[in-house]
Amino acid sequence: MSDATPTPTATPERPQLPAQSPPVDPAETAVASEAATTSNRLSWWRGDSGEGARRNLGLIGVLVVLVIIGAVSRWDLYSNPDWVWDNTLTILKLASVVGVVTVGMTFVIIGGGIDLSVGAIVALSAVWATTVATQSYGAGGMIFTALVVGLSVGVVNGILISYGRLVPFIATLAMLVAARGLAAEISNKQTQLSNNTFINNIASEKVLGIPLLVYILAAVVAAGWVLLNRTTFGRRTVAVGGNPEAARLAGINVRRHTLLLYALSGLCCGIAAIMLTAQANSAQAATANLYELDAIAAAIIGGTLLSGGRGTIIGSLLGVIIFSTITNLFAINGLSSEAQNMVKGGIIVAAVLVQQVQFRSITQFLGRNRLTSS
Amino acid sequence: MNLRSPGAKPTVSEEETVAQPEENAAVAGASLVEAPADTVAGEVVLRLTDVVKTFPGVRALDGVQLEVRAGEVHCLLGQNGAGKSTLIKVLAGVHQPDSGLIEWRGEPTTFANPQAAMRAGIATIYQELDLVEDLSVGENAFLGHEPRRLGFVRRGQMVRRTRQILGRLGHGDIHPKRMVRALPAAGKQIVSMARALSHEARLIIMDEPSAVLAHDEVGNLFRIIRELTAQGIAVIYISHRLEEIREIGDRVTVLKDGRTTAANLPARDTPTRDLVSRMTGRSIEYVFPERPAAGPAGAELLQVEGLTRAGEFADVSLDVRAGEIVGIAGLVGSGRSELLETIYGARRADAGTVRMAGRALRAGVGAAVRAGMGMAPEERKSQALLLGEPIYRNVTLSTFSRYARFGFTNVAAEQAEANRIADDLELRPRDVRRPVRTLSGGNQQKVVVGRWLLGDTKLLLLDEPTRGVDIGARAELYQVIRGLAAQGVGVLLVSSEVPEVLGLADRVLVMREGRVVREAPAGELDENTVLDLVMAGSLMEGAPA
Repeated sequence: MSDATPTPTATPERPQLPAQSPPVDPAETAVASEAATTSNRLSWWRGDSGEGARRNLGLIGVLVVLVIIGAVSRWDLYSNPDWVWDNTLTILKLASVVGVVTVGMTFVIIGGGIDLSVGAIVALSAVWATTVATQSYGAGGMIFTALVVGLSVGVVNGILISYGRLVPFIATLAMLVAARGLAAEISNKQTQLSNNTFINNIASEKVLGIPLLVYILAAVVAAGWVLLNRTTFGRRTVAVGGNPEAARLAGINVRRHTLLLYALSGLCCGIAAIMLTAQANSAQAATANLYELDAIAAAIIGGTLLSGGRGTIIGSLLGVIIFSTITNLFAINGLSSEAQNMVKGGIIVAAVLVQQVQFRSITQFLGRNRLTSS
Repeated sequence: MNLRSPGAKPTVSEEETVAQPEENAAVAGASLVEAPADTVAGEVVLRLTDVVKTFPGVRALDGVQLEVRAGEVHCLLGQNGAGKSTLIKVLAGVHQPDSGLIEWRGEPTTFANPQAAMRAGIATIYQELDLVEDLSVGENAFLGHEPRRLGFVRRGQMVRRTRQILGRLGHGDIHPKRMVRALPAAGKQIVSMARALSHEARLIIMDEPSAVLAHDEVGNLFRIIRELTAQGIAVIYISHRLEEIREIGDRVTVLKDGRTTAANLPARDTPTRDLVSRMTGRSIEYVFPERPAAGPAGAELLQVEGLTRAGEFADVSLDVRAGEIVGIAGLVGSGRSELLETIYGARRADAGTVRMAGRALRAGVGAAVRAGMGMAPEERKSQALLLGEPIYRNVTLSTFSRYARFGFTNVAAEQAEANRIADDLELRPRDVRRPVRTLSGGNQQKVVVGRWLLGDTKLLLLDEPTRGVDIGARAELYQVIRGLAAQGVGVLLVSSEVPEVLGLADRVLVMREGRVVREAPAGELDENTVLDLVMAGSLMEGAPA
């Protein structure tokens, strides 16, 4: 039975591996990294994956189609360049508040979660920031309050989910109900007027002809893009959402990061609360109704995978803009908002179907299906 | 070498036994032994001739012969990777063979899908039972073929028939309306068998049925199997435990590397030595790098004392020195993967301590990684990789923060480091920006191991590092592991392939049922001894009747 024993045979021809982290020739590294940088430079609109780029191109195509439909249906308006410019600003302004919420939502979804409480957090932050007591501290006090309330509620969500091990859907659903309840309690179900002119001016102020709200949206989107694509925080987000077990075994603190994601979403809601208060010059417990659905829908049609691990900030922004363009399209044609909602529903389904087909063709191209279907 | 056992004399009814092709016997290195006809009298219900099944890169079945008679318990024996699982799936209609003949009750057949196999009367009871936990016992037994009228399930009839079947199995005590979730593992297994009988199965395949059972429940399982076979039902029984095969089996077919190396051996009196040699006689030579001449022992690196997790492993103590490869041999379910994950901090220990370089570790993976541990887990795809992400991001998954400045990632530096690793490990394809999904199993494993070559890993935990890796890439991985040890990294290696542990490790621990049963330098053990220790020590006590 000599053949049953293992035969350790040497293969001395193969060179031994170099030591781990050997002294690397600096010149060599410089050349290599230079080559890597040039070949890996990203265009601003695509994020870090080629798939994302193609999807975002598709979304821009959808936008173009919507504009053409608008131009054809109301050529009388579209023939006036001044009106087109104003209308574009109207659309962007319409997108600004939900857009800020969607950036936070995109992080949560890429990280493998969901936040159903964003609308309620916006309402609670707005109501808390407009109480008589808070308003007595002036604009700074109101902004500080909105941000802290949003952040704190997000942290509570995060603690419930990461350390309390609640399912995100359940935890944030509970927070949706509870935060709206608290908002109604604080405001005594009344509409609270904002008497602070600085806050109220945020919505009406224009810089270089563009509303301040649009600048705020642009700033949040830019910060979100950098955070997702250029920082370790973004890298962890993708890892935690794409494969939480792999992230954990690689030494990433998955729980802490999950908490931070919900805190980030809450902070975005706080920013949105200020913008919304400025637009309405008031706040009430029922404000920002169904923002959670708008934000989730925008992220999804923007190509964010609901199961986590994939998504782009620019895609989500395009998703929000597509929705507000549709709203605008119906408004300028004098159509009902009911018909509008039906179209939005159809667009969500169509977007997901198109993405599935795209994804399937990509995986087929990579030969993955050959392995699984054999 | 005469492997023909004295108890197995060739008998007169040769025409009933499966015809073995000459070349297969030649490869096996010995003639095949046939069973005495008096032990099995039933007609042949299933006959496989030269069945071949290939997957990309692997010949999972490479000429399998099998003959099963009505009313017998036919045991399948083979090491991990011998092709048992694939064979089961071919019989259950999950896979279709590439070539070869399956005769079912005398008719050449192929099963297009599991439903077809089920309808023909072949039922499979998988190791992880495929029951719906939140349906009742009766609903599970008749899942997919509920008795019905006008589209409505006839609940009364279903309950009645389930009760009847459970009675046949000697388990009238299980109520058909009970939720399956509430049943213990043994009870769930009974429900699986009830489902098989509800299909009027003539052949029941049981994949390691005893693995989920406590010791005293196995006796009950055997009683049921005997009752089934008394009713003329054939059973294919798969188990790693030789003493079970001796007790319940009639005949044994041995598989090795996708081939039948022995068919229809009598289960009770074939010497264990013969069975083991049929399982292990290798046709593939593994190439292991040379061990360094015993140099000065490295510094004490990992010390584990009395580590225990209830139900998984108990009182495990071991140590790994710098530059040493320690291998753990054991079957799936012996607690080895759980042990590794507990050392790594991914599971919480019930008792015991883990020390790195003399300092006790706090709980959690983070502390282990900071102390210099790295792990390549058992399930590469689900536990280690972000499949859609580029190779370099997978390589730097645990180190990307080191290259970052003020929280901003440094992609250029990451790619440069990943390129260096890719060169060291001869990664193919070489482009580190490709998604990991596009790599072969062996190259994916290199990415996982490569992750821990960055940074300052002092101890590498490897769980089944060569599973699903082809022969060529295996040799490369062995070189990588040995190379790491030569640089002073300690390696703790788990594998169910005994030759791998023996060929690669300096020191070997054998685990069985959650305990370390033997520790010795690799040179003092051979494959048969280890296999025997792993398989409940039946060799030592001789072959029980």
